Amino acid sequence: MIELHAIRKAFNQGRENELWALDGIDLHIEAQKVTALRGPSGSGKTTLLTLVGCLARPTEGRVRLAGEDISGLPECFLTEIRRRRFGFVFQQFNLIKGLSALDNIILPAYPTGRPRKQLLERAEELLARLKLGHRRAAKVEWLSGGEQQRVAICRALINDPELLIADEPTANLDTHLAKEFMAILEGLAGEGRSILLSSHDPLVTESDVVDRVVEMRDGRIVDER
Amino acid sequence: MKLWLARRRYLIDFTLLALARRKTRNLGLLLVYTVLVFMLASVTLYSHALRQEAARVLANSPEVIVQRMVAGRHDLIPPGYIEKIGRIRGVQTREARLWGYYYDAVTRANYTFMVPAQGAPAAGEIVVGPALERSRGLAKSNGISFRSYSGKLHTFVVADVLPQASELVSADLVLMSEESFRAFFDYPAGHYTDIALSVANPLEVRNVALKLAAALPDARPILRDEVLRTYASIFDWREGIVLALLSAAILAFGILAWDKASGLSAEEKREIGILKAIGWETGDVIKMKFWEGLLVSLTAFLLGFVAAYVHVFHFAAALFEPVLKGWAVLYPRFQLTPQIDGLQVATLFFFTVVPYAAAVLVPIWKAAITDPDSVMRW
Amino acid sequence: MFILALAGAAFAACFVDAARLRAAAADDANGMAVLVAQLRLTDLALFTEARYTRHPSQADLHSAFQDHPLALEHFPTGSLIGPPAGLTNPVVKVGAGDTATSVAK
Repeated sequence: MIELHAIRKAFNQGRENELWALDGIDLHIEAQKVTALRGPSGSGKTTLLTLVGCLARPTEGRVRLAGEDISGLPECFLTEIRRRRFGFVFQQFNLIKGLSALDNIILPAYPTGRPRKQLLERAEELLARLKLGHRRAAKVEWLSGGEQQRVAICRALINDPELLIADEPTANLDTHLAKEFMAILEGLAGEGRSILLSSHDPLVTESDVVDRVVEMRDGRIVDER
Repeated sequence: MKLWLARRRYLIDFTLLALARRKTRNLGLLLVYTVLVFMLASVTLYSHALRQEAARVLANSPEVIVQRMVAGRHDLIPPGYIEKIGRIRGVQTREARLWGYYYDAVTRANYTFMVPAQGAPAAGEIVVGPALERSRGLAKSNGISFRSYSGKLHTFVVADVLPQASELVSADLVLMSEESFRAFFDYPAGHYTDIALSVANPLEVRNVALKLAAALPDARPILRDEVLRTYASIFDWREGIVLALLSAAILAFGILAWDKASGLSAEEKREIGILKAIGWETGDVIKMKFWEGLLVSLTAFLLGFVAAYVHVFHFAAALFEPVLKGWAVLYPRFQLTPQIDGLQVATLFFFTVVPYAAAVLVPIWKAAITDPDSVMRW
Repeated sequence: MFILALAGAAFAACFVDAARLRAAAADDANGMAVLVAQLRLTDLALFTEARYTRHPSQADLHSAFQDHPLALEHFPTGSLIGPPAGLTNPVVKVGAGDTATSVAK
């Protein structure tokens, strides 16, 4: 589904504090599989996620999505791709404060201009599935960490993306909630949705749900399982 | 098209949601903004209406007034002077006017005593202006005494009160007969205050003035055009001062707006990043902020203008009264006829709404073109 | 949104109301115009404290603004009424300013 070829990514290029976060990555992320990136912090997991999710462009190398080279596309096309094909669950959840759970969930759908009725139906469906129906009108800052993450997952799924990208999904959850998240992940994987996540939590990387673990260190892939 | 509309609607919906989140802050901003527009609009509406009113009313004043100057000061017209004007082509009538000022120690106000050319009251009777009616508690057929400058007490009977609707021009008038006037002021017989000329053809007024100046070197002709010009420039002065003072307020508001916008809070920057990350285009984010700015500034403009309109035309610009009144004891009560100048409204709109929208947009633009991957790093 | 619509409506109402008031005040304005013509009035009775504010158009040429044509007046209203055009722009005047100055010359 997504092929990365000889990817390098530099931050502060040309300056004194130049940093090569990724240094020659070749990776094929398969469709309908759960792929996990594992590695210590600073290994380049998150940077790799941003490149796959079209949030950033590589300094060198090619990114192919369904056979098409997208690494050179201008920002607006990347936005379009991001909106249609990827759903993001951020480590800090990144919900918009002051808005209700429901409003947060349908936010990514606004630029598509889909009819509101359809959006609300879809949002309710997702809320019900993640057992959040009773919290739909609550402002997100009043929700617990687990609930916030479930709202974030609903938001990621509103546009029915092909690939769900989750950055350290269990980092802010206790063991119980982390297990709950894995259960949700299992459900999504069972539907045949492609999932890419980064984690250094054994609970995630050792789980049976994960089809493939990619071990990273210092911006390179060191091992694969 | 439908899609475009739907997206627009969603944007506005979200904008409103976003505005509602910071209710007190946005309401406060709206309030300050509205007050600012209110002040500016009040000043411009009032000045414009007053100038229009003056121009309309005074269009009927005499074409030329001739004063006689002695040692650079306005002096009485001596007997025989009016004949010296002689026949000037274009002048229809020559009419000597009698009027003067009287300081009333009781109310500490100045009145304008005047002898009307036609329909003067009978000897011993006066017709008073509405402000006099109020300040001295006068009514029809009341008697009133004025102590003249020579020390003698003169008693008059109020024959009539001028209509309240004409107060803007007649507030302090006291109309009386020629005999009463001359007796009251010890005005020398055959002398007059000045001369009113009526000229039929407006194109000839200037020629008449030139000929007058040639025939009577000590005469000072005052043309109606000059009077109208005086009133066209009236309040320009203060309007300028008020606007200059207000400019401090405008500047302060500009700083506020700029600060609010350019010092974009970390929270707002974060939100912009989130929106971009989840698939909003840079344009969508900017449009949303544009709607936000437009909603606030447009609402403020409309509310401020409406408030100013009501203030000026329904409450007689009550807030300005102390300024306009100055030390005048008699102040006319008048309702201005609304004259709204489209250009003025447009100017006001342009100078209040556009800068704000721009001030909001610029920093948003900067924030909105940052890379969306920054959200991953919080 | 609602407030905006309301404000927009009120804004439009202003213009309607202005037209209504103008129509209603037409008689008053005519009455005033007649009075002005009848009494040969030259000025508005806005400021009655001094002669040059009561009758700005009839005031002595150089007494109203003695210190400087642009100096603020002793009376508060002096700051309200600008100096006569002839003082700051002698070219505009044909009659009044000329006589005084030409005589002086």
